[in-house]
Amino acid sequence: MKCSVPASVKYDHTFCQGCAQGIVNRLIGEIMEELGTTEKLIVTTDVACGAMNVDFWDFDTIVGAHGRPIPTATGVRKVRKDCLSLAHLGDGAAYNIGMAETMHAAIRDDDVMALVLNNCVFAMTGGQTSATTMLGQRTTTSVKGRKKSVEGSPFHVEKALGDMDIAYLARGSVDSVAAIRKTKKYLKKAFEKHKNHEGFCLVEILTPCPTNWGLSPVDSMKRIREQVIPEFPVGEFIDRGGNE
Amino acid sequence: MAKVLMKGNEAIAEAALRAGSRFYSGYPITPQTEILEYLSWRMPEVGGEVVQTESELSGINMLLGAASAGARAFTSTSGPGFSLMQEGLSYIVAADLPLVVINVMREGSGLGNIGASQGDYWQMTRGGGHGDYRMIVLAPANVQESANLISDAFDLAEKYMHPVLIASDAAIGQMVEGVELPEFKDHDINKFDFAVRGCKKGDRPRSIQNIYFLDDQYEDHLREKYATITKNEQRWESLYVDDADIVLVAYGISSRMCKEAVRAARDQGIKLGLIRLITLWPFPENAFKEVNPNVLGYLTVEMSTLGQIADDVRLATQCNKPVSSFGSMMALPESDGIIEKALEMMKEARQ
Amino acid sequence: MQKIMTEIERCKGCYLCMANCPKEAIHLSGKVNHKGYEYIEVDQEKCIACGSCYQMCPDFVFSILV
Repeated sequence: MKCSVPASVKYDHTFCQGCAQGIVNRLIGEIMEELGTTEKLIVTTDVACGAMNVDFWDFDTIVGAHGRPIPTATGVRKVRKDCLSLAHLGDGAAYNIGMAETMHAAIRDDDVMALVLNNCVFAMTGGQTSATTMLGQRTTTSVKGRKKSVEGSPFHVEKALGDMDIAYLARGSVDSVAAIRKTKKYLKKAFEKHKNHEGFCLVEILTPCPTNWGLSPVDSMKRIREQVIPEFPVGEFIDRGGNE
Repeated sequence: MAKVLMKGNEAIAEAALRAGSRFYSGYPITPQTEILEYLSWRMPEVGGEVVQTESELSGINMLLGAASAGARAFTSTSGPGFSLMQEGLSYIVAADLPLVVINVMREGSGLGNIGASQGDYWQMTRGGGHGDYRMIVLAPANVQESANLISDAFDLAEKYMHPVLIASDAAIGQMVEGVELPEFKDHDINKFDFAVRGCKKGDRPRSIQNIYFLDDQYEDHLREKYATITKNEQRWESLYVDDADIVLVAYGISSRMCKEAVRAARDQGIKLGLIRLITLWPFPENAFKEVNPNVLGYLTVEMSTLGQIADDVRLATQCNKPVSSFGSMMALPESDGIIEKALEMMKEARQ
Repeated sequence: MQKIMTEIERCKGCYLCMANCPKEAIHLSGKVNHKGYEYIEVDQEKCIACGSCYQMCPDFVFSILV
C-alpha cells in the first residue's frame, strides 16, 4: 500500500538515534489527515525532549510549564471548542510533577486529550527515576536499581484512573509493527472521541529511551517487549460510549 | 448607568466579564472567594466558563492556555495562592501573553490570616517568580475603582502583551459600596494573530514559547517594553503636595485612611499631603516631581511591618529627604496615628 | 521494480527497519551519510512493500511506492 509521512510532521527532527518520538509524530500526522483535522490541532507540550517538537510539527503549539500541559490544553479547548487540544507529555510530567493535574483532569472529566510517552525515566535531564521506573531498573538516581523499599513500586495509570468516569484510557507500545498499528488505533479512537467532545481521553505509549537505558535502539525495543509490557500491559482500559 | 450596591470582590468579577472576559479558573481562598463563587453562576449567564481547579498552580496554567488561544482570561487569589501562581506567571511573562490576576491581599507571610494587609507589594512589584521580569500592578482604593481598573488591566495586558496584576486587599474586597458598572464590551478571540487556532496548510505555525534562545533583538525588545511601560503608564493621585511639609505615600485601603488624616491635619493647620499610588509598578516617580521642594520628608503608610514602599520612595526622591514608614501588617492605620507620626517627623526634621 | 524509496540522509542508523523486515530485504550499505551514520539499503527484489520499515522508522526514511 502506498504511503509516505504527512507533511505536517517533519523528518528533520533532532531526537536521539532510535527515539520513538518520530514514530508517534508520524501517527499523529496520519490520524490528523484521516480525520481531516490537520488544520484544527493545537498541541501543548511539556518542557524537555517533547518541547522540541514545536519545531517539528506544522501545528499551532504552546510550550507549557513542566507537568502542566493538561490544564493548559484544557484552557485552550475551553475557549476554542472547534479545535482539537492535545496535551503532549512524558511519564515524569504526567505521573510525577503533574500527577495532581492528571488526576483532576480525570476527576472533572475535562474536555481534553492527553498523550503520555512513557519511557520509564526522566530523559532530558539524563535518566533519573520516575514514577514508572521499573523495579530493579538502574537510573542515575537509583544506581543499584529502583528498590521498592526506597522509591516504591511503579505507577500504573490504568489502576489509578481505571474506575474513573472518563471517555477513554488506553496504553499502546511502539516495539513492533503490530504494536504500532494497534497504538494507532487507540490514538485515533481517542482523537475521534476528543473531536466529539466526549470527555477526558488519555493514551499512554510505551516508548524507548536508548540513550538513557544504555541500550541500542533494537535492544531497547526488545526490552519493551520482554520487560516493560509485562509490567505495563497494553490495551484499552476505558472506552465509554457517546457524550455524557 | 445607575449605581448599584456591590461587594468589592463581586464588582470586580462583574466588571471583568463586562470587559469581555469569558474564561476564569481559580481556587477558593479567603478573602477573595466571592469572585470565584460569583463567577461560577454569573459567567455561564453571559456564555463564559469557569473551572474550579485543583490548585492555583493548575489554575494559572489553564489560563496560560486560554490566553494563548486569544481569550481575555483572568483569575483571582490571595497571598498563599498568589505564591503558588508564581510559576505560571513567570511562564506567562516569558511567553509574552496578556493576562489579569487579582490578588486580594491578606496577612502573611505563611498562612498569616484572612484580614486586610498589604504585604505582597514586594512580591508583586519585583517579579515574584523565577527570572528576569516584573509586571504592571494596579491598586484600587475603593469598589468603583476596582471595577474601573480591571477593564484597564485587560487593555494594558494586550497593549504590552504582558500580565497585569490588580493589588486589592481584604478590606476593599469585602466592603460594600455604590458602584457604576461599566458597559459590556465584546472581545474577539481572533483579534490578535499570536493566538493559536490551528495552522492552515502552507502557513507558518504559531508557537507560544517560553524558551529563550540567543537573540539580541529579543532582549532589546524586553528593555524597550519595560522602559515604555515605565515612561507611559505611571498613575497616581496627588493631594496638597505643592505646599505639604510631610507627604504621605500610600495605596489601597491605607490611602483612604491617609485622605482622612490629610483632611483632619489640614483642619488643624498641619500641612500634610498625599501621593496615592495607583500603579505600584511602574512606580509613579513623576508624582514626586510635583512635590513642594521644601518638603520635610515622606511618610509611607501601609499595612506592612517592614514598610515595603519606603525603598521605592527613596529611589524616586534620590534619597534627598527623610523617608519613614508607618503601619502594621495586621491593624489598619488610624488617621490619629498617621498625624502623630507625621508630627514626629516634622519635629525631627526641624531640629 | 522500485517498491520503496529511501531518503538516506535522514537515516540515524538505528536499524529498527532491518530488525523488523520480514523478508530480510534491508542491509547495511557500508556507506556513511552526512550525519555520520552508516545507512541502510533495500533489496528491491526481496521487498514485498509490506511497510514494516515505514512503520518502524522514527526518521521518515521510507516511502512505499506501490
